[in-house]
Amino acid sequence: MVNREVVGAHYGVRDWLAQRATAVIMLAYTLLVLMALVMLPKFDYWHWKALWQLQLMRYATLLFVIALLFHAWIGVRNIFMDYIKDAGVRLTLYVVVIFALIAYGTWTVQILWGK
Amino acid sequence: MSSTAARPRPKHLNLMQIRQPMPAIISIMHRISGAVLFLLIPLLLWLFQASLESVVTFAEFRGVVAHPLVKLVLIGLLWGYLHHLLAGLRHLFLDLDIGTELETARLTSIIVLSAGIVLTLAVGVALW
Repeated sequence: MVNREVVGAHYGVRDWLAQRATAVIMLAYTLLVLMALVMLPKFDYWHWKALWQLQLMRYATLLFVIALLFHAWIGVRNIFMDYIKDAGVRLTLYVVVIFALIAYGTWTVQILWGK
Repeated sequence: MSSTAARPRPKHLNLMQIRQPMPAIISIMHRISGAVLFLLIPLLLWLFQASLESVVTFAEFRGVVAHPLVKLVLIGLLWGYLHHLLAGLRHLFLDLDIGTELETARLTSIIVLSAGIVLTLAVGVALW
């Protein structure tokens, strides 16, 4: 059966949980990057480049960005729901934000894996 | 009886007139910092890209982040990130029913605000 819940009591629980799960992922990533920065022997192009060529850093960053995009989506959508009363304007903003987030995700992959 | 009902009730619906409690200040700052962080994602991705593309763009990146105005923006952004992170951490504990008493909640919101500022200043001074 298709779940046709539109505004039911369970609508927010998934987002609530997602917001916290993504927060924990980003917290762990923050600690990882801090550690990597502290352990970086020298801040020049070659050391910096080498750090981000590590598969660990690439995939951790990818995971971080995916978490970030979901987290940002839930947060920004909540802000719009609170302050933008006009449904048309709100929906337009949703679409703009979704496209922006997808673009940011694609951009990150390009930065990490491009040439 | 009617005299008590007729007594004018104090109304402070103006946000500028209400003295906001600490947890409320932390809460609105959580929202504002989140919005600012979202808006500045492209700036960070742009800097990140420049830092990794080539030796030349890396040098340009270092030039850009050395500019006092950019430094100020980035330190502001760091504050936003740290405040958002710490306030979020406080939220996670509240969800676990830890620190929900009024006194504790006030205290932890003061800790969140000051720790965010102190950490930002520490990192800011180190980077500047």
